[in-house]
Amino acid sequence: MKALHDFLEKKVKPNFVEGGKLSKLWVVYDSLETFAFTPGHTTSKGTHIKDGIDLKRTMFLVILAMIPCLLFGTWNIGHHYFISINAPGATELGSMFWEKLGIGAVKVLPLIAVSYGVGLGIEFLFAGLRKHSINEGFLVSGMLIPLIMPVDVPLWMVAVATAFAVIIGKEVFGGTGMNILNIALTTRAFLFFAYPKQMSGEIWIHEALQNKAAGLAMADGYTGATALGELATTVGRDKGTSEVVSTMGQFAESGMYSIQNCFLGVIPGCVGETSALACLIGAAILIFTGIASWRIIVSFLAGGLAMGALFNVFGANAFMDVSPVHQVVMGGFMFGMVFMATDPVTAAQTAAGKWIYGFLAGFLSIMIRVFNPAYPEGVMMAILFMNVMAPTIDHYVIQSNVKRRMKRMTLQTANA
Amino acid sequence: MSTEVQEIAPKKEGLFSKKNRKLLSDPLNDSNPITVQVLGICSALAITVQVQQAVIMSLSVVFVMIGGNVIISLMRNIIPDRIRIIVQLVVVAALVIIVNEVLKAYLPDISEKLSVFVGLIITNCIIMGRLEAFALANKPGPSFLDAIGNGIGYAWILLAVAFVREIFGSGAFSFPGLGQVKFLPSSWFIKAGDAGMVGFYENNNLMILPPMALVVVGVIIWIQRSKNRALIEEN
Repeated sequence: MKALHDFLEKKVKPNFVEGGKLSKLWVVYDSLETFAFTPGHTTSKGTHIKDGIDLKRTMFLVILAMIPCLLFGTWNIGHHYFISINAPGATELGSMFWEKLGIGAVKVLPLIAVSYGVGLGIEFLFAGLRKHSINEGFLVSGMLIPLIMPVDVPLWMVAVATAFAVIIGKEVFGGTGMNILNIALTTRAFLFFAYPKQMSGEIWIHEALQNKAAGLAMADGYTGATALGELATTVGRDKGTSEVVSTMGQFAESGMYSIQNCFLGVIPGCVGETSALACLIGAAILIFTGIASWRIIVSFLAGGLAMGALFNVFGANAFMDVSPVHQVVMGGFMFGMVFMATDPVTAAQTAAGKWIYGFLAGFLSIMIRVFNPAYPEGVMMAILFMNVMAPTIDHYVIQSNVKRRMKRMTLQTANA
Repeated sequence: MSTEVQEIAPKKEGLFSKKNRKLLSDPLNDSNPITVQVLGICSALAITVQVQQAVIMSLSVVFVMIGGNVIISLMRNIIPDRIRIIVQLVVVAALVIIVNEVLKAYLPDISEKLSVFVGLIITNCIIMGRLEAFALANKPGPSFLDAIGNGIGYAWILLAVAFVREIFGSGAFSFPGLGQVKFLPSSWFIKAGDAGMVGFYENNNLMILPPMALVVVGVIIWIQRSKNRALIEEN
């Protein structure tokens, strides 16, 4: 946090103050700076709190960390749309940049608007009813929700799910900071169970269903399923059968779901989750500013890799043979790791608890996706499950600490 | 002794005295068996997918409750204290078997849908609770009213939950004798048409799953408590 502040203060700010190159934009700079930092002119004598990072600034920085995922996801929607309709040259990553971004923006902006509109509306309503000031609790959830939706999900479903998550997931428990479950994941879980047809199958490409129903063929060898959806079809089949071999061919070096493609994120999937790279940029911002717990991120990754490696040892089906590194760059694993598992409200609070919490969440994510083809992406379930378990973990961590210190105390008194 | 000894007859209480009317009205709200005492949740979650099942279930429970309460109340002075639970169980089980056989004979469809839950009325905590707490200590008249009150208290929650779940979960309404009426036009539903995808609506599948029944009951409890402050516990 401090390093960022120093950078802004020394390198960026001089451009905006009077006499600087961009002095006309001072108002914009000032409003954005106070979004992230306390204004520098409040206390003249006797500083009390050196870095009073409050809810608004925390939320703002998390949103900042999500920008790479958002931008990449927006572009990716257009990228896959043009591939699926066989547009010439669409497979080139560099081609038709603005068209791709445009298609994506048309789909993503309404999702963001609905998510914020409904969520903040309910937040305002409850703030009015309960007579407390409006707090910024929904800012991050409202941005996370569109990023974990399929492109063509009907907007009213997003609205219903958001309303459900905010009311039943949060307000019932007392509002911001009191929720047991991550709000954005609750939204997704609601949609997953309430409208399963809209949350699975060939829905990851814009208008793919529309075109298919109208009789248009997709580009050759392009199914529109996610990497995990494809892998789920191999579960329960013999490794040698031709379907399994051809499916697994897509995961080889030159295939569509190669490690490189999965890492970059040029694969079909939810709006913001596909790119492991964008998620890691977000992770860097969050860890650097000290907002997300690095313990959770590291242990989550370790858990996923450990389960992947364990599956490699057994190798009972083709899905188990996928390398651990490939496992963790696919699907929403990275996105869940960086933005969901680290939610400071629902994660474990103690340092040791965070290690356990993160590791088990990562471990379960990979386990669920491989064992249960009905839930191709296990990250949502795993994190929600660990959200529920977090208070128990903390309880035992604290108890063991109490016990250890009691023992030390009795030893000391015995020696004295 | 010349003074007359006057026999003071206890004042006769009418069946619908103020105290007895409270037996009827209290369970509807202030001491509702489901939302306040949180009893009988199992069946409230399991058979509230359709209104018709909930209606039949409610009637069955009301019947068993009235029968059980009155019979136990009549027998209350001859039941040995140590085996009272067993006696209650036998009475309730006999009544449940009667209900089950009647349903099987006259409403085989619904009886099949209710499956084990009719049999499980035996273990419904509301019934055992009323027998223990009320019928064993009161006369048949008040026991009868108490059973009706609690039965209706159970029934209205069941019907409310089932109504919400069926409307949103199946887009339909049902009633015994009517069957299930789907009132949403089929053109609303999302499906593949001749020129692409048509429709915009989809039934909420989560409403059909038991967890949502819990949420609906929870929301009813929430509304009830915010209206009736007396129900909110300290801290």
